[in-house]
Amino acid sequence: MSYQSMEEAYERCERDSLEFWKAVQLEDAHERGVSEEDSWNQMKYMWQAMLDGLDAYEPDLMSRSGLVGTEGAKMDAYRKSAEPLCGDYIAKVISNALKMGCNNACMKRIVAAPTAGACGVLPAVLVTYYREFEVSEEKMIEAMYVAAGVGQIIANRAYLAGASGGCQAEIGSGSGMAAAAICHVRGGETEQLGHACAMALKNLMGLVCDPVAGLVEVPCVKRNVVGAVNALSAADMALAGIVSQIPVDQVIDAMKEVGDKMDVTLRETALGGVAMSPRGQEVSEELNA
Amino acid sequence: MGNIFDILGPVMVGPSSSHTAGAARIGLIARQLFGRQPEKATVYLHGSFAATGKGHGTDKALIGGLLGMKPDDMRIPDSFNVAKDEGMEFVIENKDFKEAHPNTARIYMEAEGIPSMWVQAYSIGGGRIRVCKLDGIDVNFSGESNTLIIRNVDEPGRVKDVSVALSDAQINIATMQLFRDKKGGIAVMVVEIDEVIPQEVIDNLVGKPGIIRVKFLSSN
Repeated sequence: MSYQSMEEAYERCERDSLEFWKAVQLEDAHERGVSEEDSWNQMKYMWQAMLDGLDAYEPDLMSRSGLVGTEGAKMDAYRKSAEPLCGDYIAKVISNALKMGCNNACMKRIVAAPTAGACGVLPAVLVTYYREFEVSEEKMIEAMYVAAGVGQIIANRAYLAGASGGCQAEIGSGSGMAAAAICHVRGGETEQLGHACAMALKNLMGLVCDPVAGLVEVPCVKRNVVGAVNALSAADMALAGIVSQIPVDQVIDAMKEVGDKMDVTLRETALGGVAMSPRGQEVSEELNA
Repeated sequence: MGNIFDILGPVMVGPSSSHTAGAARIGLIARQLFGRQPEKATVYLHGSFAATGKGHGTDKALIGGLLGMKPDDMRIPDSFNVAKDEGMEFVIENKDFKEAHPNTARIYMEAEGIPSMWVQAYSIGGGRIRVCKLDGIDVNFSGESNTLIIRNVDEPGRVKDVSVALSDAQINIATMQLFRDKKGGIAVMVVEIDEVIPQEVIDNLVGKPGIIRVKFLSSN
Protein backbone atom coordinates (compact mmCIF):
# COMPACT_ATOMS: atom_id res chain seq x y z
CA MET A 1 0.00 0.00 0.00
CA SER A 2 1.55 3.30 -1.04
CA TYR A 3 1.47 6.35 1.25
CA GLN A 4 -1.97 7.91 1.61
CA SER A 5 -0.63 11.16 3.03
CA MET A 6 2.59 13.13 3.43
CA GLU A 7 1.95 12.83 7.17
CA GLU A 8 2.15 9.04 6.89
CA ALA A 9 5.36 9.32 4.86
CA TYR A 10 6.88 11.71 7.44
CA GLU A 11 6.12 9.18 10.19
CA ARG A 12 7.82 6.41 8.27
CA CYS A 13 10.88 8.60 7.65
CA GLU A 14 11.02 9.54 11.34
CA ARG A 15 10.48 5.99 12.61
CA ASP A 16 13.03 4.31 10.34
CA SER A 17 15.43 7.28 10.01
CA LEU A 18 14.94 7.46 6.24
CA GLU A 19 15.11 10.26 3.75
CA PHE A 20 11.79 10.77 1.93
CA TRP A 21 13.12 9.46 -1.40
CA LYS A 22 14.30 6.26 0.25
CA ALA A 23 10.92 5.70 1.89
CA VAL A 24 9.33 5.99 -1.57
CA GLN A 25 11.84 3.58 -3.12
CA LEU A 26 11.38 0.97 -0.36
CA GLU A 27 7.61 1.15 -0.77
CA ASP A 28 7.94 0.74 -4.56
CA ALA A 29 10.22 -2.29 -4.20
CA HIS A 30 7.81 -3.81 -1.68
CA GLU A 31 4.68 -3.06 -3.71
CA ARG A 32 5.99 -4.40 -7.03
CA GLY A 33 7.96 -7.26 -5.52
CA VAL A 34 11.28 -6.11 -7.02
CA SER A 35 14.71 -5.40 -5.52
CA GLU A 36 15.79 -1.89 -4.54
CA GLU A 37 18.33 -2.10 -7.34
CA ASP A 38 15.67 -2.96 -9.96
CA SER A 39 13.55 -0.07 -8.75
CA TRP A 40 16.56 2.28 -8.96
CA ASN A 41 17.41 1.12 -12.49
CA GLN A 42 13.84 1.70 -13.62
CA MET A 43 13.98 5.24 -12.22
CA LYS A 44 17.36 5.78 -13.86
CA TYR A 45 15.78 4.78 -17.16
CA MET A 46 13.05 7.41 -16.65
CA TRP A 47 15.70 10.04 -15.88
CA GLN A 48 17.72 9.11 -18.97
CA ALA A 49 14.53 9.28 -21.08
CA MET A 50 14.00 12.86 -19.84
CA LEU A 51 17.57 13.87 -20.76
CA ASP A 52 17.28 12.24 -24.18
CA GLY A 53 13.79 13.68 -24.73
CA LEU A 54 15.00 17.23 -24.19
CA ASP A 55 17.99 16.73 -26.50
CA ALA A 56 15.74 15.45 -29.29
CA TYR A 57 14.04 18.85 -29.71
CA GLU A 58 13.99 20.03 -33.33
CA PRO A 59 13.83 23.83 -33.68
CA ASP A 60 11.95 23.83 -36.99
CA LEU A 61 9.42 21.09 -36.33
CA MET A 62 5.75 22.09 -36.07
CA SER A 63 2.85 20.05 -34.72
CA ARG A 64 0.36 18.54 -37.17
CA SER A 65 -2.06 21.42 -36.45
CA GLY A 66 0.67 24.02 -37.03
CA LEU A 67 -0.13 25.72 -33.70
CA VAL A 68 3.08 25.01 -31.77
CA GLY A 69 6.63 23.76 -32.23
CA THR A 70 9.16 26.59 -32.53
CA GLU A 71 8.61 28.26 -29.14
CA GLY A 72 11.61 26.53 -27.50
CA ALA A 73 13.95 27.73 -30.24
CA LYS A 74 12.60 31.30 -30.08
CA MET A 75 13.21 31.44 -26.33
CA ASP A 76 16.76 30.12 -26.82
CA ALA A 77 17.53 32.71 -29.47
CA TYR A 78 16.12 35.50 -27.30
CA ARG A 79 18.14 34.36 -24.28
CA LYS A 80 21.33 34.47 -26.31
CA SER A 81 20.75 37.81 -28.01
CA ALA A 82 19.07 39.85 -25.28
CA GLU A 83 19.05 40.04 -21.50
CA PRO A 84 15.95 38.15 -20.33
CA LEU A 85 13.95 39.82 -17.57
CA CYS A 86 13.99 36.54 -15.64
CA GLY A 87 17.77 36.15 -15.92
CA ASP A 88 19.73 33.56 -17.82
CA TYR A 89 18.95 30.57 -15.59
CA ILE A 90 15.17 31.02 -15.51
CA ALA A 91 15.24 31.73 -19.24
CA LYS A 92 16.82 28.31 -19.71
CA VAL A 93 14.14 26.73 -17.52
CA ILE A 94 11.44 28.43 -19.63
CA SER A 95 13.10 27.30 -22.84
CA ASN A 96 13.34 23.68 -21.65
CA ALA A 97 9.71 23.61 -20.49
CA LEU A 98 8.66 24.87 -23.94
CA LYS A 99 10.88 22.35 -25.73
CA MET A 100 9.37 19.36 -23.95
CA GLY A 101 5.84 20.69 -24.44
CA CYS A 102 6.58 21.13 -28.15
CA ASN A 103 8.17 17.68 -28.37
CA ASN A 104 5.00 16.20 -26.96
CA ALA A 105 2.79 18.06 -29.42
CA CYS A 106 5.09 16.99 -32.29
CA MET A 107 4.80 13.28 -31.42
CA LYS A 108 8.31 12.89 -30.07
CA ARG A 109 9.25 10.73 -27.10
CA ILE A 110 8.46 12.15 -23.65
CA VAL A 111 8.02 10.97 -20.06
CA ALA A 112 4.51 11.55 -18.72
CA ALA A 113 5.05 13.35 -15.39
CA PRO A 114 2.39 13.02 -14.19
CA THR A 115 0.71 13.36 -17.60
CA ALA A 116 1.86 13.90 -21.18
CA GLY A 117 0.38 17.41 -21.18
CA ALA A 118 2.51 18.34 -18.15
CA CYS A 119 5.65 16.51 -19.35
CA GLY A 120 7.75 19.70 -19.52
CA VAL A 121 7.59 20.78 -15.88
CA LEU A 122 9.84 18.20 -14.22
CA PRO A 123 12.61 18.15 -16.88
CA ALA A 124 12.63 21.95 -17.04
CA VAL A 125 13.28 22.05 -13.30
CA LEU A 126 15.55 19.01 -12.89
CA VAL A 127 17.48 18.71 -16.17
CA THR A 128 18.25 22.44 -16.33
CA TYR A 129 19.63 22.31 -12.78
CA TYR A 130 21.64 19.17 -13.51
CA ARG A 131 23.30 20.81 -16.51
CA GLU A 132 24.01 24.14 -14.84
CA PHE A 133 25.28 23.06 -11.41
CA GLU A 134 27.69 20.47 -10.11
CA VAL A 135 25.45 17.71 -8.88
CA SER A 136 25.61 13.93 -9.12
CA GLU A 137 23.26 11.87 -11.26
CA GLU A 138 22.39 9.87 -8.12
CA LYS A 139 21.03 13.01 -6.49
CA MET A 140 18.80 13.66 -9.52
CA ILE A 141 17.45 10.12 -9.45
CA GLU A 142 16.68 10.54 -5.76
CA ALA A 143 14.79 13.70 -6.76
CA MET A 144 12.80 11.66 -9.29
CA TYR A 145 11.69 9.41 -6.40
CA VAL A 146 10.66 12.49 -4.43
CA ALA A 147 8.56 13.69 -7.38
CA ALA A 148 6.99 10.27 -7.90
CA GLY A 149 6.21 9.83 -4.20
CA VAL A 150 4.55 13.23 -3.96
CA GLY A 151 2.62 12.54 -7.18
CA GLN A 152 1.39 9.24 -5.83
CA ILE A 153 0.03 10.88 -2.69
CA ILE A 154 -1.76 13.49 -4.84
CA ALA A 155 -3.21 10.65 -6.96
CA ASN A 156 -4.34 8.81 -3.81
CA ARG A 157 -6.07 11.85 -2.27
CA ALA A 158 -7.15 13.81 -5.36
CA TYR A 159 -6.38 13.26 -9.06
CA LEU A 160 -3.86 13.85 -11.83
CA ALA A 161 -6.07 14.06 -14.93
CA GLY A 162 -7.36 17.27 -16.48
CA ALA A 163 -10.64 15.51 -17.29
CA SER A 164 -11.11 14.85 -13.57
CA GLY A 165 -9.78 17.97 -11.86
CA GLY A 166 -8.75 20.56 -14.46
CA CYS A 167 -5.22 21.73 -15.24
CA GLN A 168 -4.48 22.22 -11.53
CA ALA A 169 -4.40 18.41 -11.40
CA GLU A 170 -1.91 18.17 -14.31
CA ILE A 171 0.37 21.23 -14.38
CA GLY A 172 -0.46 21.96 -10.74
CA SER A 173 0.51 18.46 -9.61
CA GLY A 174 3.58 18.46 -11.88
CA SER A 175 4.62 21.73 -10.29
CA GLY A 176 4.10 20.40 -6.75
CA MET A 177 6.14 17.30 -7.62
CA ALA A 178 8.94 19.37 -9.17
CA ALA A 179 9.02 21.80 -6.24
CA ALA A 180 9.54 18.97 -3.74
CA ALA A 181 12.10 17.30 -6.04
CA ILE A 182 14.33 20.35 -6.53
CA CYS A 183 13.99 21.18 -2.84
CA HIS A 184 15.53 17.76 -2.12
CA VAL A 185 18.38 18.40 -4.56
CA ARG A 186 19.18 21.61 -2.66
CA GLY A 187 19.28 19.78 0.66
CA GLY A 188 15.76 20.45 1.93
CA GLU A 189 14.55 18.50 4.98
CA THR A 190 11.59 16.15 4.58
CA GLU A 191 9.07 18.67 5.91
CA GLN A 192 10.48 21.38 3.64
CA LEU A 193 9.68 19.16 0.65
CA GLY A 194 6.07 19.12 1.83
CA HIS A 195 5.99 22.91 2.24
CA ALA A 196 7.45 23.40 -1.24
CA CYS A 197 4.83 21.10 -2.72
CA ALA A 198 2.00 22.75 -0.76
CA MET A 199 2.99 26.25 -1.88
CA ALA A 200 3.32 25.19 -5.52
CA LEU A 201 -0.11 23.52 -5.47
CA LYS A 202 -1.80 26.46 -3.76
CA ASN A 203 -0.41 28.92 -6.27
CA LEU A 204 -1.93 27.05 -9.19
CA MET A 205 -5.16 26.00 -7.49
CA GLY A 206 -8.23 26.49 -9.64
CA LEU A 207 -6.38 26.33 -12.95
CA VAL A 208 -8.81 25.05 -15.59
CA CYS A 209 -8.20 22.66 -18.49
CA ASP A 210 -9.33 24.41 -21.68
CA PRO A 211 -7.43 22.99 -24.66
CA VAL A 212 -8.14 24.69 -27.99
CA ALA A 213 -9.66 22.15 -30.42
CA GLY A 214 -9.10 19.53 -27.72
CA LEU A 215 -5.39 19.33 -28.56
CA VAL A 216 -2.53 19.22 -26.04
CA GLU A 217 -1.05 22.40 -27.53
CA VAL A 218 -2.78 25.69 -26.64
CA PRO A 219 -2.54 26.69 -23.81
CA CYS A 220 -0.84 23.48 -22.59
CA VAL A 221 2.69 24.02 -23.93
CA LYS A 222 3.09 27.41 -22.23
CA ARG A 223 1.45 26.23 -19.02
CA ASN A 224 4.47 23.95 -18.58
CA VAL A 225 6.46 27.18 -18.16
CA VAL A 226 4.32 28.47 -15.31
CA GLY A 227 4.47 25.03 -13.68
CA ALA A 228 8.28 25.01 -13.78
CA VAL A 229 8.86 28.60 -12.68
CA ASN A 230 6.24 28.27 -9.95
CA ALA A 231 8.02 25.13 -8.69
CA LEU A 232 11.34 26.98 -8.42
CA SER A 233 9.81 29.89 -6.50
CA ALA A 234 7.97 27.52 -4.13
CA ALA A 235 11.16 25.53 -3.51
CA ASP A 236 13.15 28.71 -2.85
CA MET A 237 10.51 29.88 -0.37
CA ALA A 238 10.61 26.53 1.43
CA LEU A 239 14.42 26.57 1.52
CA ALA A 240 14.24 30.11 2.94
CA GLY A 241 12.29 28.70 5.87
CA ILE A 242 8.91 29.98 4.71
CA VAL A 243 6.19 27.48 5.59
CA SER A 244 2.79 26.72 4.14
CA GLN A 245 0.33 27.60 6.88
CA ILE A 246 -2.00 24.92 5.50
CA PRO A 247 -0.47 21.41 5.75
CA VAL A 248 0.26 19.82 2.38
CA ASP A 249 -2.28 16.99 2.79
CA GLN A 250 -5.01 19.55 3.43
CA VAL A 251 -3.92 21.55 0.38
CA ILE A 252 -4.24 18.40 -1.76
CA ASP A 253 -7.71 17.78 -0.32
CA ALA A 254 -8.67 21.37 -1.09
CA MET A 255 -7.46 20.91 -4.66
CA LYS A 256 -9.79 17.93 -4.96
CA GLU A 257 -12.69 19.93 -3.61
CA VAL A 258 -11.99 22.71 -6.15
CA GLY A 259 -11.76 20.12 -8.94
CA ASP A 260 -15.05 18.54 -7.92
CA LYS A 261 -16.72 21.94 -8.07
CA MET A 262 -15.18 22.76 -11.44
CA ASP A 263 -17.71 22.86 -14.28
CA VAL A 264 -17.37 20.05 -16.82
CA THR A 265 -16.79 22.64 -19.59
CA LEU A 266 -13.49 23.46 -17.85
CA ARG A 267 -12.25 19.89 -17.56
CA GLU A 268 -10.59 18.91 -20.87
CA THR A 269 -13.81 19.01 -22.89
CA ALA A 270 -12.76 22.06 -24.96
CA LEU A 271 -16.15 23.63 -24.16
CA GLY A 272 -14.91 26.53 -22.02
CA GLY A 273 -12.06 28.92 -21.27
CA VAL A 274 -9.75 29.87 -24.16
CA ALA A 275 -11.05 26.86 -26.14
CA MET A 276 -14.36 28.71 -26.51
CA SER A 277 -12.85 32.14 -27.19
CA PRO A 278 -13.72 33.40 -30.70
CA ARG A 279 -10.19 32.64 -31.94
CA GLY A 280 -10.21 29.26 -30.18
CA GLN A 281 -13.41 28.30 -31.96
CA GLU A 282 -12.06 29.56 -35.27
CA VAL A 283 -8.96 27.36 -34.91
CA SER A 284 -11.13 24.39 -34.07
CA GLU A 285 -13.27 24.96 -37.17
CA GLU A 286 -10.23 25.38 -39.41
CA LEU A 287 -8.74 22.12 -38.19
CA ASN A 288 -11.96 20.20 -38.64
CA ALA A 289 -12.63 21.61 -42.10
CA MET B 1 -4.17 3.15 -8.14
CA GLY B 2 -1.01 2.10 -9.94
CA ASN B 3 2.64 2.23 -8.87
CA ILE B 4 5.09 5.17 -8.96
CA PHE B 5 5.91 4.46 -12.62
CA ASP B 6 2.30 5.21 -13.51
CA ILE B 7 3.00 8.65 -11.97
CA LEU B 8 6.45 9.11 -13.56
CA GLY B 9 5.81 7.43 -16.86
CA PRO B 10 5.08 5.93 -19.23
CA VAL B 11 7.88 6.86 -21.61
CA MET B 12 5.81 7.46 -24.73
CA VAL B 13 5.48 9.25 -28.03
CA GLY B 14 3.28 12.33 -27.48
CA PRO B 15 0.94 14.08 -27.31
CA SER B 16 -1.59 12.24 -25.17
CA SER B 17 -1.41 9.23 -22.84
CA SER B 18 -5.05 8.38 -23.56
CA HIS B 19 -5.27 9.30 -27.25
CA THR B 20 -1.75 8.32 -28.39
CA ALA B 21 -0.07 5.89 -25.97
CA GLY B 22 -3.38 4.13 -25.23
CA ALA B 23 -4.22 3.96 -28.94
CA ALA B 24 -0.84 2.36 -29.75
CA ARG B 25 -1.49 -0.18 -27.03
CA ILE B 26 -4.93 -1.00 -28.42
CA GLY B 27 -3.36 -1.68 -31.83
CA LEU B 28 -0.60 -3.78 -30.29
CA ILE B 29 -2.98 -5.91 -28.19
CA ALA B 30 -5.26 -6.39 -31.24
CA ARG B 31 -2.24 -7.63 -33.20
CA GLN B 32 -1.26 -10.02 -30.40
CA LEU B 33 -4.81 -11.35 -30.18
CA PHE B 34 -4.86 -11.88 -33.96
CA GLY B 35 -1.53 -13.69 -33.67
CA ARG B 36 0.30 -11.96 -36.49
CA GLN B 37 0.47 -8.73 -38.48
CA PRO B 38 -2.79 -8.31 -40.42
CA GLU B 39 -2.63 -7.96 -44.19
CA LYS B 40 -5.66 -5.71 -44.05
CA ALA B 41 -7.04 -3.70 -41.15
CA THR B 42 -10.19 -1.61 -40.88
CA VAL B 43 -10.19 0.75 -37.92
CA TYR B 44 -13.26 2.56 -36.59
CA LEU B 45 -12.88 5.51 -34.22
CA HIS B 46 -15.68 6.46 -31.85
CA GLY B 47 -16.40 9.48 -29.63
CA SER B 48 -13.43 11.59 -28.61
CA PHE B 49 -11.13 9.32 -30.66
CA ALA B 50 -13.16 10.33 -33.72
CA ALA B 51 -13.46 14.01 -32.74
CA THR B 52 -9.86 14.78 -31.75
CA GLY B 53 -8.01 11.66 -32.91
CA LYS B 54 -6.32 13.25 -35.88
CA GLY B 55 -4.75 16.05 -33.85
CA HIS B 56 -3.58 13.54 -31.24
CA GLY B 57 -2.12 11.10 -33.76
CA THR B 58 -4.60 8.43 -32.59
CA ASP B 59 -4.80 7.09 -36.15
CA LYS B 60 -1.01 6.82 -36.53
CA ALA B 61 -0.69 5.23 -33.08
CA LEU B 62 -3.33 2.58 -33.78
CA ILE B 63 -1.68 1.63 -37.07
CA GLY B 64 1.72 1.68 -35.35
CA GLY B 65 0.41 -0.74 -32.74
CA LEU B 66 -0.91 -3.06 -35.44
CA LEU B 67 2.61 -3.00 -36.91
CA GLY B 68 4.02 -4.11 -33.56
CA MET B 69 5.15 -0.70 -32.29
CA LYS B 70 5.05 -0.04 -28.54
CA PRO B 71 3.85 3.38 -27.21
CA ASP B 72 7.45 4.70 -27.04
CA ASP B 73 8.35 3.69 -30.61
CA MET B 74 9.70 6.71 -32.50
CA ARG B 75 8.33 5.31 -35.77
CA ILE B 76 4.72 5.95 -34.68
CA PRO B 77 4.47 9.36 -36.45
CA ASP B 78 5.63 7.61 -39.65
CA SER B 79 3.48 4.49 -39.19
CA PHE B 80 1.39 5.05 -42.34
CA ASN B 81 4.54 4.83 -44.47
CA VAL B 82 5.81 1.82 -42.53
CA ALA B 83 2.47 0.09 -43.22
CA LYS B 84 2.92 0.79 -46.92
CA ASP B 85 6.48 -0.60 -46.88
CA GLU B 86 5.36 -3.72 -45.04
CA GLY B 87 2.32 -4.26 -47.24
CA MET B 88 -0.35 -3.78 -44.58
CA GLU B 89 -3.45 -2.19 -46.12
CA PHE B 90 -5.63 -0.12 -43.81
CA VAL B 91 -8.76 2.00 -43.75
CA ILE B 92 -9.67 4.38 -40.91
CA GLU B 93 -13.21 5.70 -40.48
CA ASN B 94 -15.26 7.43 -37.82
CA LYS B 95 -18.24 5.47 -36.55
CA ASP B 96 -20.63 5.90 -33.65
CA PHE B 97 -21.00 2.90 -31.35
CA LYS B 98 -23.96 3.26 -29.02
CA GLU B 99 -23.04 3.49 -25.33
CA ALA B 100 -19.34 2.93 -25.97
CA HIS B 101 -16.63 4.66 -23.87
CA PRO B 102 -15.60 8.01 -25.48
CA ASN B 103 -12.10 6.72 -26.31
CA THR B 104 -13.10 3.60 -28.23
CA ALA B 105 -11.61 1.94 -31.31
CA ARG B 106 -12.82 -1.18 -33.11
CA ILE B 107 -10.36 -2.99 -35.38
CA TYR B 108 -11.16 -5.62 -38.02
CA MET B 109 -8.15 -7.72 -39.03
CA GLU B 110 -7.68 -10.03 -42.01
CA ALA B 111 -4.84 -12.22 -43.28
CA GLU B 112 -4.73 -15.10 -45.70
CA GLY B 113 -5.03 -18.56 -44.19
CA ILE B 114 -6.43 -17.57 -40.79
CA PRO B 115 -9.94 -16.52 -39.69
CA SER B 116 -10.65 -12.78 -39.58
CA MET B 117 -11.08 -11.19 -36.18
CA TRP B 118 -12.32 -7.98 -34.64
CA VAL B 119 -11.43 -6.38 -31.36
CA GLN B 120 -13.01 -3.42 -29.59
CA ALA B 121 -11.13 -1.62 -26.84
CA TYR B 122 -11.06 1.72 -25.07
CA SER B 123 -8.38 3.89 -23.52
CA ILE B 124 -8.80 4.83 -19.85
CA GLY B 125 -5.87 7.30 -19.49
CA GLY B 126 -2.23 6.99 -18.44
CA GLY B 127 -1.63 4.75 -21.45
CA ARG B 128 -3.82 2.01 -20.01
CA ILE B 129 -6.61 0.28 -21.93
CA ARG B 130 -9.37 -2.28 -21.64
CA VAL B 131 -10.46 -4.75 -24.31
CA CYS B 132 -14.26 -4.97 -24.25
CA LYS B 133 -15.30 -7.02 -27.30
CA LEU B 134 -13.76 -9.93 -29.18
CA ASP B 135 -15.62 -10.94 -32.36
CA GLY B 136 -18.85 -9.61 -30.86
CA ILE B 137 -18.48 -11.34 -27.50
CA ASP B 138 -18.30 -9.01 -24.48
CA VAL B 139 -15.00 -9.40 -22.62
CA ASN B 140 -13.11 -7.29 -20.08
CA PHE B 141 -9.33 -7.35 -19.68
CA SER B 142 -6.37 -4.97 -19.74
CA GLY B 143 -3.49 -7.11 -20.99
CA GLU B 144 -1.32 -5.68 -18.17
CA SER B 145 -0.93 -9.12 -16.56
CA ASN B 146 0.08 -12.33 -18.29
CA THR B 147 -3.24 -13.22 -19.91
CA LEU B 148 -4.43 -16.35 -21.63
CA ILE B 149 -7.37 -15.88 -24.00
CA ILE B 150 -9.13 -19.06 -25.07
CA ARG B 151 -11.96 -19.36 -27.55
CA ASN B 152 -13.93 -22.58 -27.13
CA VAL B 153 -17.25 -24.25 -27.76
CA ASP B 154 -19.67 -23.51 -24.91
CA GLU B 155 -19.99 -27.04 -23.52
CA PRO B 156 -19.20 -28.88 -20.26
CA GLY B 157 -15.58 -29.74 -19.48
CA ARG B 158 -13.71 -26.98 -21.31
CA VAL B 159 -12.98 -24.93 -18.17
CA LYS B 160 -11.79 -28.12 -16.46
CA ASP B 161 -9.44 -28.91 -19.38
CA VAL B 162 -7.83 -25.50 -19.12
CA SER B 163 -7.53 -25.44 -15.33
CA VAL B 164 -6.05 -28.96 -15.29
CA ALA B 165 -3.53 -28.07 -18.01
CA LEU B 166 -2.45 -24.99 -16.03
CA SER B 167 -2.26 -26.78 -12.69
CA ASP B 168 -0.25 -29.63 -14.25
CA ALA B 169 2.24 -27.00 -15.41
CA GLN B 170 2.36 -25.49 -11.88
CA ILE B 171 0.82 -22.24 -13.12
CA ASN B 172 -1.27 -20.27 -10.65
CA ILE B 173 -4.52 -18.69 -11.89
CA ALA B 174 -4.87 -15.14 -10.54
CA THR B 175 -8.28 -14.38 -12.06
CA MET B 176 -10.58 -16.18 -14.48
CA GLN B 177 -13.53 -14.79 -16.40
CA LEU B 178 -15.99 -16.57 -18.68
CA PHE B 179 -18.00 -15.03 -21.50
CA ARG B 180 -20.17 -16.49 -24.28
CA ASP B 181 -22.31 -15.28 -27.16
CA LYS B 182 -25.17 -17.72 -26.47
CA LYS B 183 -25.85 -21.04 -24.75
CA GLY B 184 -24.00 -23.78 -26.62
CA GLY B 185 -22.38 -21.13 -28.84
CA ILE B 186 -18.88 -19.69 -28.71
CA ALA B 187 -17.32 -18.95 -25.33
CA VAL B 188 -14.24 -16.97 -24.32
CA MET B 189 -12.13 -17.66 -21.24
CA VAL B 190 -9.88 -14.85 -20.00
CA VAL B 191 -7.34 -16.24 -17.54
CA GLU B 192 -4.85 -13.95 -15.82
CA ILE B 193 -1.87 -15.86 -14.49
CA ASP B 194 1.21 -15.03 -12.41
CA GLU B 195 3.75 -16.88 -14.54
CA VAL B 196 4.71 -16.87 -18.21
CA ILE B 197 3.15 -19.91 -19.85
CA PRO B 198 5.46 -22.37 -21.68
CA GLN B 199 4.71 -22.83 -25.40
CA GLU B 200 4.10 -26.58 -24.99
CA VAL B 201 1.22 -25.91 -22.60
CA ILE B 202 -0.37 -23.66 -25.24
CA ASP B 203 0.24 -26.25 -27.98
CA ASN B 204 -1.28 -28.92 -25.78
CA LEU B 205 -4.41 -26.79 -25.22
CA VAL B 206 -4.81 -26.05 -28.93
CA GLY B 207 -5.07 -29.79 -29.64
CA LYS B 208 -7.93 -30.41 -27.21
CA PRO B 209 -11.49 -30.97 -28.48
CA GLY B 210 -13.77 -27.93 -28.33
CA ILE B 211 -10.85 -25.47 -28.06
CA ILE B 212 -10.91 -23.14 -31.07
CA ARG B 213 -8.10 -20.66 -30.51
CA VAL B 214 -5.58 -19.94 -27.78
CA LYS B 215 -3.63 -16.70 -27.45
CA PHE B 216 -1.17 -15.68 -24.76
CA LEU B 217 -0.49 -12.02 -23.99
CA SER B 218 2.73 -11.57 -22.02
CA SER B 219 2.79 -8.63 -19.60
CA ASN B 220 6.26 -7.75 -20.87
